Amino acid sequence: MSTAVDRPVPAGRGGARFGSAAAVAEGLRSVGYLVDDQIATVVHLADQLDKPVLVEGPAGTGKTELAKSAAAALGARLIRLQCYEGLDEAKALYEWNYRKQLLRIQVERAGADGEGPRSGWKELEEDIFSEEFLLARPLLEAIRASEPVVLLVDEVDRIEVETEALLLEVLSDFQVSIPELGTVRATRIPLVFLTSNDTRELSEALKRRCLYLHLDYPTVERERAIVLEKVPGIEEYLAEEIVRVVRTLRSMELEKHPSVSETLDWARTLVLLGVEHVDTETTLATLNVLLKYRSDIEQAAKELAATGGR
Amino acid sequence: MLAVLTDFVDELREAGLPVSLTEVLDATEALRHVPLGDRAALRSALGATLVKSSAHWPAFATAFDVYFSLRPAGLGEGVAEAPGEYGPLPGGAERSAPAMSEAGGGQLAPVDPRRLAALVLEALRSGDRAALAEAARLAVALYAGIEPGRPVGTSYYLYRTMRGLGLDDVLGQLLASPQDTGEHPEAAGGGGDLRSLTAPLGALGDRLLGDEYRARLDELRRLVESEIRRLLAAERGAGALAKSLRRTLVEDVDFMHATREELVAMRRALWPLTRVLAARLARRRRHRRRGPLDFRATIRRSLSTGGVPVNPRFHSPHPAKPEIVVIADVSGSVAAFARFTLHLVYAIASQFSKVRSFVFIDGIDEVTSIFRHSSSIAEAIERVGTEADVCHLDGHSDYGNALRMFHQRWGREVTARTNVLILGDGRNNYHAAEAWVLADLARRARRVYWLNPEPRAYWGSGDSIIGAYAPYCDGVFECRNLRQLESFVDELV
Repeated sequence: MSTAVDRPVPAGRGGARFGSAAAVAEGLRSVGYLVDDQIATVVHLADQLDKPVLVEGPAGTGKTELAKSAAAALGARLIRLQCYEGLDEAKALYEWNYRKQLLRIQVERAGADGEGPRSGWKELEEDIFSEEFLLARPLLEAIRASEPVVLLVDEVDRIEVETEALLLEVLSDFQVSIPELGTVRATRIPLVFLTSNDTRELSEALKRRCLYLHLDYPTVERERAIVLEKVPGIEEYLAEEIVRVVRTLRSMELEKHPSVSETLDWARTLVLLGVEHVDTETTLATLNVLLKYRSDIEQAAKELAATGGR
Repeated sequence: MLAVLTDFVDELREAGLPVSLTEVLDATEALRHVPLGDRAALRSALGATLVKSSAHWPAFATAFDVYFSLRPAGLGEGVAEAPGEYGPLPGGAERSAPAMSEAGGGQLAPVDPRRLAALVLEALRSGDRAALAEAARLAVALYAGIEPGRPVGTSYYLYRTMRGLGLDDVLGQLLASPQDTGEHPEAAGGGGDLRSLTAPLGALGDRLLGDEYRARLDELRRLVESEIRRLLAAERGAGALAKSLRRTLVEDVDFMHATREELVAMRRALWPLTRVLAARLARRRRHRRRGPLDFRATIRRSLSTGGVPVNPRFHSPHPAKPEIVVIADVSGSVAAFARFTLHLVYAIASQFSKVRSFVFIDGIDEVTSIFRHSSSIAEAIERVGTEADVCHLDGHSDYGNALRMFHQRWGREVTARTNVLILGDGRNNYHAAEAWVLADLARRARRVYWLNPEPRAYWGSGDSIIGAYAPYCDGVFECRNLRQLESFVDELV
């Protein structure tokens, strides 16, 4: 049950970095990320089964933060692949450094000009398609790393369905096939997190390879703990009030509900302003920290004011 | 355990969840790494390996409740229960509720309603989960009156229990009599704290307090439901119960017969879909025609052929901005669909600026500005209902007249850049079809699509004249649930 943070990883496989679900929770807490049982269990399983975790949920619930914190807790390097429309192999997996290759050919030619026979094409080809000329992009980098790493594939729903296929080989077999070079296998299996904002259905193939974790807005208790953890010098009762107001806002029909990060922003704002209690006026005055759409602010203001009359 | 898991997976598949073999293997593997006695951990492990979409989570949760709620103690209890049922019963009172007294651990003497009401109130006030669970158990024992072998669903027992508890006025009581803690000194702790916390906040505090109690009431309801399920699962067997609890997945729910909760869930699933739909409809054509010669690129290219322009380059033509025109039937015959349609139109309109929306019954009116200037969908729908002038004569849908009016007033604005999306069942109350209008629109517009909420089998029966319009549309699609809408969107590529 002890924190297995710095335990050496058995060579070959990824192996268990955390010892148990409790160790996961403990390790993440030590770097300031509070988890519930479900998160701890899923991360623990991902660790044990060497499977990637697909983290889905509304924006601002700490999906990316989870990966970062896991890396911090393990003392591992975080390798991040930010997805965007139009991401391709050259940006995600690897690329040949063709400039260097060209230079190499030129040097070869310059050297050969003096004497008669040049070195054969075969040797040259083998030479310029060697690891020296390979530019590793995040996925390959994570596979090749000899030190412990955590791979974060951020906002995977932004790439097109066709591009998802790029990820499949890496995620299921932890290897990358490079036609000129052969297959690069992971020396140690990294802990992988994929995040998605749920803007589109991911392909079955991708989902099948992952463990699924839905991160929703935290419960009142957990959110209060998060606020207390992240906002120094906040009074306990103020934190309590803050998370309750946020919960009420989340129950309204708004375009975009306040996220955890916005709760924290709000808490910091209120602390800075030296507010003692969150009453209706304070809330209305600082609502723009929590809500980012004008229509939402109006709607929330209307509903909160209406409660006043009751 | 493995047998239970396979049964469980079968049930998930029956309920429509796509569970693949690899996922089952993963789940089996995962079970080795979690403590089996810990239900929450077990649930997380199975959820993470078997369910890959949040929309499927409710179905999973229900099935899990049924299959595993009895498990930890289930085997032992099952054995203990058997003699209890056939053996001598302690008294007549027990006979009325044999199953539950056993399953509840035997310490459930029937409570009288007054005492139970106090218990429930106290549990709600303190918000203690264990107390709530206890109250739920007692409430089910007292009110549900579960009769073995009676083929009714959980919702019936849930209704009976909740009616028995009469919780409608409890919320009012909780809010109104805050300092009424003298009677229940033990409840003063939790309730008092909460009250002292919210009191200085004035009106906002009341609202927060109300929300907290509402959340606790929901929790109680959930606990009651799962208690009923637990008892029924013990009585009927997990498989049979799961079958009766099976519900349609959100993507398969028929728009026309959706319940309110289903509509809410659908709406959530609708958003990402409309974004794709709008993007697809608005996709600009880029790679088709060649534009004028691109001189600079041609010269640059010619360098590789020694200055001879072997490969001329052309500008790509300036892509036109496409427009979307949505025409939706909002008449009574498609009322449920119309509500959904309006959601769809609202979602499209809010994500894409070049959308014009029209609604019709037997007259037609443009509602673009209503959608654009409404802060919420509820407001938009209300305004469409009150402000849009859609009744021409009698308020029964008349596609012919509506289309003719559309053609008259806005027909010219439909151009080769316009995509027309018509939503309606094509039931015309035997009015004239005026299909020539659609023919003309189709000629002018880039594409005309028709989404019909009726099953394909009914098309053309009775007063349905979808057949008269279909030849002029680029596609007529049956669109009764999200899955079909999704496949329509997919076909747009």
